[in-house]
Amino acid sequence: MCDCCHEGNILVPWGAWLGRGVARHIWWPFSDCGLKNAERGLMTRTTTVRLAGLGALGLLGSFGSAQADDLTLCWAAWDPANALVELSKEFEAESGHTMAFEFIPWPNFADRMLNELNSGGQLCDLLIGDSQWIGGGAENGHYVQLNEFFDSEGISMDDFAPATVYAYATWPKGEPNYYALPAMGDANGWFYRKDWFAREDLRAAFQEEYGRELGEPTSQKELMEIAKFFQGKEIDGNTVYGASIFTERGSEGITMGITGALYPWGFKYENEPGSYDMEGAVNSAEAVEALEFYKELYDCCTPPGYTNAYMGESLDAFKSGQVAMAMNWFAFFPGLYQDADTGGDKIDFFVNPPQNQAGSTLGGQGISVISYSENQDAALEYIKWFANPEVQAKWWELGGYSAHNAVLNDPGFVDSQPFAADFLEAMNDVQDFWQEPAYAELLLAMQKRMHDYVVAGQGTAQEALDKLIEDWTEVFEDEGKL
Amino acid sequence: MNDSVATRAAQATPPGVARRVKGLSDRAIAWIFVGPTIFLLLAINIFPLIWTIRLSFTNFRANRPNREVEWVGLRNYERILGDSDIWLSMQATAHFLIWTIVLQVLIGFTLAWLINKKFRGNDLWTTIIVLPMMLSPAVVGNFWTFLYQPQIGLFNYVITWFTGADPSSFEMLGSVNLAPWSIIIVDTWMWTPFVMLICLAGLRSIPDYIYEAAEIDRASKLRQFFTITLPMVLPFLMLAVLFRGIENFKMFDLVVQLTGGGPGSITELASINLKREAFEKWRTGYSSAFAIILFVTVFGLASIYVKALNKVKER
Repeated sequence: MCDCCHEGNILVPWGAWLGRGVARHIWWPFSDCGLKNAERGLMTRTTTVRLAGLGALGLLGSFGSAQADDLTLCWAAWDPANALVELSKEFEAESGHTMAFEFIPWPNFADRMLNELNSGGQLCDLLIGDSQWIGGGAENGHYVQLNEFFDSEGISMDDFAPATVYAYATWPKGEPNYYALPAMGDANGWFYRKDWFAREDLRAAFQEEYGRELGEPTSQKELMEIAKFFQGKEIDGNTVYGASIFTERGSEGITMGITGALYPWGFKYENEPGSYDMEGAVNSAEAVEALEFYKELYDCCTPPGYTNAYMGESLDAFKSGQVAMAMNWFAFFPGLYQDADTGGDKIDFFVNPPQNQAGSTLGGQGISVISYSENQDAALEYIKWFANPEVQAKWWELGGYSAHNAVLNDPGFVDSQPFAADFLEAMNDVQDFWQEPAYAELLLAMQKRMHDYVVAGQGTAQEALDKLIEDWTEVFEDEGKL
Repeated sequence: MNDSVATRAAQATPPGVARRVKGLSDRAIAWIFVGPTIFLLLAINIFPLIWTIRLSFTNFRANRPNREVEWVGLRNYERILGDSDIWLSMQATAHFLIWTIVLQVLIGFTLAWLINKKFRGNDLWTTIIVLPMMLSPAVVGNFWTFLYQPQIGLFNYVITWFTGADPSSFEMLGSVNLAPWSIIIVDTWMWTPFVMLICLAGLRSIPDYIYEAAEIDRASKLRQFFTITLPMVLPFLMLAVLFRGIENFKMFDLVVQLTGGGPGSITELASINLKREAFEKWRTGYSSAFAIILFVTVFGLASIYVKALNKVKER
């Protein structure tokens, strides 16, 4: 891009109003510089007004740290978000800034936020965005690169769990280019009815049927056996079912569930990292077996009507006493443990069981500063405050999953919650989905192929994975990476 | 008298204004009135259409404004027409379209015919029947999702009552075989009243004397129906089919609420597929080409249909 295209924040409101991409697109016949100049021409009056405003602020005093700003933080609407609201009250008191929150329900979170970013919107100053967005956020200029800021403020990524830094903060993957601070560690785990598992009659029946004690499964196949055992059982006069798993079609549900089986079987996205060579990796014999396993688990052991179930449905199924086991993100575990009916003594947790190897699906997010924000200084102030080990400790106390080593390595951490040890174990073996800028296309292709096979029962596992490679190849060809 | 008023008005008009108005022809004045509308039409209908056509020949992505946009010619069209998933979604759309129209016309006409009979409580029944179409599709989708729920859903229990089958033994929304029918049932429930109202208007427009003449000629009720009622209501019925056809071709909200296009892609109608391509995958060029194909299809079919409708009216 030439110097004449240098863009100051001054032009951003116009981009936000019309949509940065749309504005550029409408003026497409012009060069980029032509576009910028056209935007400038249209913005002359606004620019003048804003310059006058800035001048007046300059006269009043230094612009930045002394000024109280209204910050908006965007995230998904779920339990940890409430904890963050509570936590942020301290930041408001310390900094004088006021915090507003925009929490979007999970099924619409990606759609809503990616639209916001793509249109250069200024709704959010800070975004706790999904790990898979980091590639697009970095390459499309949505996120502010934080290296300089981290260096100047003495924030070290070595202070955070390596898996979370890799997954939530870096782009290209593993390179020391940081676009987020690890905010919320998370992985897909399991919880079960401890009280049912402890019942003598059920334990005896299980022992008789499977020749081993009823307890937390140590492999995926054991998990299936337990699910089969409970499926259709009458417990306290109610029919119960084996397990609630993710089958949702619209956003990311079934992919997140299936990868929970694929990773323990040894699934790889590429033969060599960065090669985009997927033949033999994505459709390996192990991957086929894992996918067949997930379909069998869906067919044999889920409650009726679980054709489009994700986080909410999993929680509902468990809390209403319908299922013996359920998969969900660790983020929900504090709330589940607190539940009056099915929490406390009645619940326990376990890591996604291994099969050929240990493996859990990565959840969690990093917190990023939006490049279109007019309050970047205050947003960075928030990041600095949030990175503080004491704040991180309080974050964990309130129900957020800190990724800070000071919290995770604390001797009391493992016993601080009944799921803390499982969380640490899970985070050691997490794997994430593609984090490419084209991740949405890659994800939707997998959603379709997996739902077609697992829920609709169309074709075979091998065909589903072969078609998935075709879809992904087409995406990478369009991206110019193949 | 009028001339004298006009003359007086002309005389009262200040010379400057008169000169200016005199300079404008009727055509110019017409353009002044119509101009803003035409401008708006061009701005919000024609320009986006032309722009969409242009985009359909590119690989543009709205979420990647920094990426170089390439002219790809007909490649998007070729890919769409050769994409088996697109054809499956077109088949799903055709299945939905045909069955909803058939059912809505049959039930709607029958209801209109019954309501047209004079009986006590006629108005009350009309109001009750019309209620579903007054609801928001999102609301309808949501509560039918509950009705179809295999464990607690009323629908399954009603079927059980008639058939004796276990209510949990079938899933309307989760079964590959039943899901397409589940969306047809909901759309029929919601929009049959619309067809009924149009048919009712048609039935009430038939003068009584025609039936009286037929009675004198001793025409049977069946003969009266096929030679008087049906031909005279047919233009109304065809209009209802046109409206419902266009609406259901672009059906989105109800189906998204009910099945989200699933299970698998069984109920992924063309509009849902298009939305995914355009606003989830952000393949703007590709989805523009898909939108143009859908537009041409609807426009072409509607044009043929309107010609047929006009012929029926002329008869």
